[in-house]
Amino acid sequence: MMKRNAHTDPMIGYAIFYLVFLYGPVLLLPLFSFNDSIFVAFPLKGFTFQWYVAMATNDALIQALTNSLKVGISASVISTILGILAAKAMTRYRLPGRGPVSGLILLPLVIPSIILGIALLVLALNVFKIEPSLYTIVAGHVLICVPFAMLVMMSRLEGFDRNLEEASADLGENGWQTFWRVTFPLAMPGIVASLLLCFTTSFDEFLLAFFLAGNEATLPLFIFSQLRLPNQLPSVLALGSCILGVSFLVVFLSERTRRVGLQRKPTATAEAAS
Amino acid sequence: MVSASETLPSHAMPPLPAGQRLRAWLYRNEAVRGYLLLSPTLLVMVGLMVLPLLGMLAMSFFTQKYVTIDYSFTLDNYWTIFEPSSTPAYFLGIPFYLHKPIYLLLLFKSILISLASTAAVVLLAYPMAYFLAFRVTKHKMAWLILITVPFWTSYLLRVFAWKIILGYNGVINSGLVSLGIIDKPLEFLLYNPFAVIITLAHAWAAVAILPIYVSLEKIDRSLLEAATDLGDSRLERFLRITLPLSLPGTIAASLLVFIPTVGDYITPTLVGGTSGIMIGNVVQSLFSKGNNAPLAAAVSVVSMMTITIMVCIFLWSVGRSRMTRREI
Repeated sequence: MMKRNAHTDPMIGYAIFYLVFLYGPVLLLPLFSFNDSIFVAFPLKGFTFQWYVAMATNDALIQALTNSLKVGISASVISTILGILAAKAMTRYRLPGRGPVSGLILLPLVIPSIILGIALLVLALNVFKIEPSLYTIVAGHVLICVPFAMLVMMSRLEGFDRNLEEASADLGENGWQTFWRVTFPLAMPGIVASLLLCFTTSFDEFLLAFFLAGNEATLPLFIFSQLRLPNQLPSVLALGSCILGVSFLVVFLSERTRRVGLQRKPTATAEAAS
Repeated sequence: MVSASETLPSHAMPPLPAGQRLRAWLYRNEAVRGYLLLSPTLLVMVGLMVLPLLGMLAMSFFTQKYVTIDYSFTLDNYWTIFEPSSTPAYFLGIPFYLHKPIYLLLLFKSILISLASTAAVVLLAYPMAYFLAFRVTKHKMAWLILITVPFWTSYLLRVFAWKIILGYNGVINSGLVSLGIIDKPLEFLLYNPFAVIITLAHAWAAVAILPIYVSLEKIDRSLLEAATDLGDSRLERFLRITLPLSLPGTIAASLLVFIPTVGDYITPTLVGGTSGIMIGNVVQSLFSKGNNAPLAAAVSVVSMMTITIMVCIFLWSVGRSRMTRREI
């Protein structure tokens, strides 16, 4: 995996330290989720599955999970469609004002979401008199997912040869046919990656949901409400471990898909640094 | 390079009816077609972001009258935030002449906490990104995925993990007690600004790695070879070539961490305690418990302005220093 003289390199020590820092706290969740004690403390008591059983039989949790799935799927589909349109326009046309426009679409990435949440709630409540619901959460999540979707789709659309599209046009296809028969299949891995990325973003998003939720809670809101109740903590740990496992799987799959068919660029050699 | 539109068969054979001419013009005009394609996304961004932000700006000039909002224009909310008074409030020994210093003080404190977290994130991430760019030769992708996976797991739970590490009956305390190093759990670990900083430093770690890694990866390795050939030591080579060339990525990383963390709400709520409150908590409590949306909006506007001005000054000074260096 490393260079042959890696064992003499102090950098590898740092890399290991960094991974421990990164994963240590996260891996405490599964560790204590199997601990047969209501307290999250050392020393560990016996091994148990009871917190997973308690989690699986919690109706409020199942309801929150269902809500999160609904919101996540809706938000990721809508954002990905908007992202494809924007990315196609950005990468295929010479647009006057391209910079400011892409800046506008990417702006939610750098505005604290508490401000976006309050702004959306103020507008929804005071101007449009819309009551917060799962729909308002979807709207908020679409706002923060569109930048991700556009970035993923732009890198994918720039990654394949646009001569293919021109050839299709030369052969007499109109723009729409070219899109369906050439662009869409080539962009498919990017679309899947965008859907997964937007879904995980929405699934994990707390603050906008916190402001824009009506009576129905999403999973992060449910977890947040449980964190105040000490006797619920082990079940939250069990739930967290499941989310951790699924996230790992999703990230792995999305990375695999995003890379399928992309031309491999020769990576610069690290010889110069040695 | 001939663009796609110019190679398309032209249907604009005059004279044609006006409707068809318009269609033909739309068909040929790249900018129009581009913006037509962009319009749904732009409409959504305007509706969900620009309008709400303008609405919030407008709201900050109104006043809350118990349950209703008085829609007459006033600067009262801004006065509440900025109004000077004769008795100074002290923060870190610096006097602030503010009537209600709490909002500006908390904004100032949030910025300090956020800057400290950003510094921690970037200082920790830089060597790791360097390791990835210059030392790892195989399985770079596997390493990158390994580093980004914790970022895609629940933010709430990553923050919560620090609560169970630093808590009174937490992992560190129970570990130290069961090892016999201390008799009684330490109380100072959780619920302070330091707990907020370390938690933010952990939660945002992966965000900083990627931009720094990309800028390091882009460095032309022959420059480094040339420097070695010309007698530069490893340190000189790093300071004179690698570091300056990786500056854009490092700046991007700093901004990507700094801007969102100023407004963070979860971390201060879970691990901050009363001394670790940040501006996001104040805005939230003004909005909900305080039932004062106009003041919450004004505090949000002032916070966003402050962050924007800071970022602009930062980028401007970086740009200046780079320009002067090029002249030398």
